[in-house]
Amino acid sequence: MRQRSVIPGFGLSLGYTAFYAGLVVFIPLAALFIEASNLGWGELWQTISAPQAVASYRLSFGASLVAASLNLIFGLLVAWVLVRYPFPGKKFIDALVDLPFALPTAVAGIALTALYTPNGWVGHLLNFKVAYTPLGVVVALTFIGLPFVVRTVQPVLAELEAEIEEAAASLGANRWQTFRRVLFPALLPAMLTGFALAFARAVGEYGSVVFISGNMPFRTEITPLLIITKLEQYNYAGAAALGVAMLLVSFALLLIINSLQHWSAKKTGGK
Amino acid sequence: MSIEVRHLSKHFGAFQALDNISLGFPSGELVALLGPSGCGKTTLLRIIAGLEYADSGQVLFHGEDSTGKHVRDRNVGFVFQHYALFRHMTVFDNVAFGLSVRPRSLRPSKADIARRVHELLELVQLDWLADRYPDQLSGGQRQRIALARALAVEPRVLLLDEPFGALDAKVRKDLRQWLRRLHDELHITSIFVTHDQEEAMEVADRIVVIHQGRIEQIGTPDEIQQQSASPFVCEFIGQTNRFEGNIKDGWADFGDFRLETPPRLQESAKLAGYVRPHEITLHNQASDNSIPVTVASLKRLGPIIRLGLVSTSGQDIHVELASQQLPKDTEVGARLFATPIQAQLFAV
Amino acid sequence: MAGTITTLGNSHAPRISNVTQESRPVRWLLISLAIAFLFLFLALPLAAVFSEAFSRGWQVYWQALQEPDAWAAIRLTLIAAGIAVPLNVIFGVAAAWAITKFSFRGKQFLITLIDLPFAVSPVIAGLTYVLLYGSHGPLWSWLSEHDIKIIFATPGIVMATIFVTFPFIARELIPLMEEQGTSHEEAALTLGASGWQTFRRITLPAIKWGLLYGIILCNARAMGEFGAVSVVSGHIRGQTNTLPLHIEIAYNEYHFAAAFACASLLALLALATLFVKSLLEWKERHERFLASQAARKEP
Repeated sequence: MRQRSVIPGFGLSLGYTAFYAGLVVFIPLAALFIEASNLGWGELWQTISAPQAVASYRLSFGASLVAASLNLIFGLLVAWVLVRYPFPGKKFIDALVDLPFALPTAVAGIALTALYTPNGWVGHLLNFKVAYTPLGVVVALTFIGLPFVVRTVQPVLAELEAEIEEAAASLGANRWQTFRRVLFPALLPAMLTGFALAFARAVGEYGSVVFISGNMPFRTEITPLLIITKLEQYNYAGAAALGVAMLLVSFALLLIINSLQHWSAKKTGGK
Repeated sequence: MSIEVRHLSKHFGAFQALDNISLGFPSGELVALLGPSGCGKTTLLRIIAGLEYADSGQVLFHGEDSTGKHVRDRNVGFVFQHYALFRHMTVFDNVAFGLSVRPRSLRPSKADIARRVHELLELVQLDWLADRYPDQLSGGQRQRIALARALAVEPRVLLLDEPFGALDAKVRKDLRQWLRRLHDELHITSIFVTHDQEEAMEVADRIVVIHQGRIEQIGTPDEIQQQSASPFVCEFIGQTNRFEGNIKDGWADFGDFRLETPPRLQESAKLAGYVRPHEITLHNQASDNSIPVTVASLKRLGPIIRLGLVSTSGQDIHVELASQQLPKDTEVGARLFATPIQAQLFAV
Repeated sequence: MAGTITTLGNSHAPRISNVTQESRPVRWLLISLAIAFLFLFLALPLAAVFSEAFSRGWQVYWQALQEPDAWAAIRLTLIAAGIAVPLNVIFGVAAAWAITKFSFRGKQFLITLIDLPFAVSPVIAGLTYVLLYGSHGPLWSWLSEHDIKIIFATPGIVMATIFVTFPFIARELIPLMEEQGTSHEEAALTLGASGWQTFRRITLPAIKWGLLYGIILCNARAMGEFGAVSVVSGHIRGQTNTLPLHIEIAYNEYHFAAAFACASLLALLALATLFVKSLLEWKERHERFLASQAARKEP
């Protein structure tokens, strides 16, 4: 079971941890599965594969994928600039990167909507619509996923020794070759981890999206919103069914993230 | 305070860290647990301290069974490999910690604690650092503060886990001698763990060589060096040359040379003979007890000369001698004759 | 080159030599691109909150904040965070202690369970509580018999808040305590300290900054949570609206200035959170730097 240890408090701390985690996380999630199982396989599948639900998956996953990809590219850029180049206001900008973690999603939602409506600061500059279209959903999801790639890549980039780049340069590689063949492979696990984290966060996001999306069924309705709609119609089993579907996707993502982090740690020689 | 362990065994998963160890530590001695990393020496030390529990076996302090006693009640001083100084406390508070956590009825007064702490800091010659934090100290200073902290509770025994392991070479040498002097002053039963045979030889009264969870040998530094109990000990304690042969007509026969055999070895047994680099003499002339060799390398280290030789059968032989003992005009490529004077012999 | 003081904050920054430096135009292009991106996605939304909040003047701003419903929402937000954060602190410390100081079977499962609320959509979090405690759920008859209201009442809001902020403290402490190992606690025990003394005088001081860091982030999320709380709240004005829900209602009723006035409070909280967070990070780096300096000098 476990090695006997002189450090005190094993029973107390583990007992309390298990009790609390069971109460807060495990039992409620189990209730979700039980509720969904009340439907039976046929009906469960029907709910999950209904056209409105499928349209919502397409939007939720599609927009999340686009947003996470944007974050992957710009996250790498931001991390690179923050680690490598000195410039005025760097510390302030570095701190600001975490804003999406700290700013309540509802606040982000109404702020982005105000910016991107046709007469908003940004909206009136564009000759196409952003708010109340799938593009608006992408904007909101890009905002809330922004810190992930930056914060996973930044420490890895900072830990890379200057020697490996000097070695590459001394062997005749130009700057771009050095980046592509030496730095990029070293950063890849962290980048993918950040990408997966941003994607997982975006798939489940609700608060920042509902304001800017317009919530039109089949067009700008994300899956979490569809769950709430079903709940408001007292369709508990239907809500639970969609909840289970999303939860299984979350589990899969968590698994992928964990193995990516494991890979990343192994590659950088960490624990 | 004497310590005794009886039939200690301990495993971690499939790994057998200690395998039925029985051993006594006489009162007032400074003993080294010596062995390669992963041999179980640190586990043994931690079990004696009460930081780890054995699967089976007993630990006795002064003849009294302390196997089930909590580390808190064993009254041992333990110095950790990386010192484990409390970073958020000053040096003074670190050393005072053991006294200040005593139950109110047994706790010395503030003034008494302060006096005791300053005594100890003077003992380790760092009284002037009392107000500093551990992060502001060098490695050697941290080491000595860790020792002062362990001594503050007036432990019955002092246990040190690789006490010099994290220090650089020069500081390590100084601290070794200092620890030996301190022990001569305090005479507290002490055990320290090390993987460095030179360190064990220089500091300890007695050395316990451990290998793969078993005791290979217990003895004074001289005994370990000159009467090794096993081929492992021979090879672990400094450089040596290994020759293979067998017993013929009561002699240990290695082809080119032969040596007297101790009576414990059986006739016609296969033998391993270990000859230390300084136990070989070199000559220009062959004798009936010499190995023809070619000089492959030659290094002068002050009064000592180190030679790498290759025998005609292709074996590397290392030799160390005083420069005046080297045959005249020896240089790389010269052909010489090497005579082992003595060897430690084992049946294999 | 750089003076000793300016290198303090960036003791991690790698040496940049000429061969590993991009040309000046490339550098400025990259910096400009990064700043433009951050300006568009971070600075502008933040500016929009305050600009909209004051778009109809101070008068309207103050009025929006003095509305009784707004006050009730602020009070409920404080209550929810005031209960959820301390409970998660106790849990986080206990969990980190069990996980980092001992080895036991099922540890990996426990860690995954602790991570789970980060991966689960907040809407699903709310949904599970509605299913468990709502009028449709297995506990409903017992709860209504004893006249206990959880869903569409304060307890449900507190529970949903606990769920979404559940991992924060534990996640912050586990890597920290893992790195610190157990030798300090062992040292305290060999010196005769009791279990409680060891925890209070050795472990707690060693993790206090990490703990504070976790509390700050946990609190920001607790006060700002929207999705999970929205599902269990029922949106009863003056009773079950937290500040983010109050903002939603005001916004949907086209009281934009009022919505943004309340939003500006939460934005200030976010800025304060980021400020304290940066301060703690700077402090940690500074201590590491001092430690590495001291280790370099030998007696």
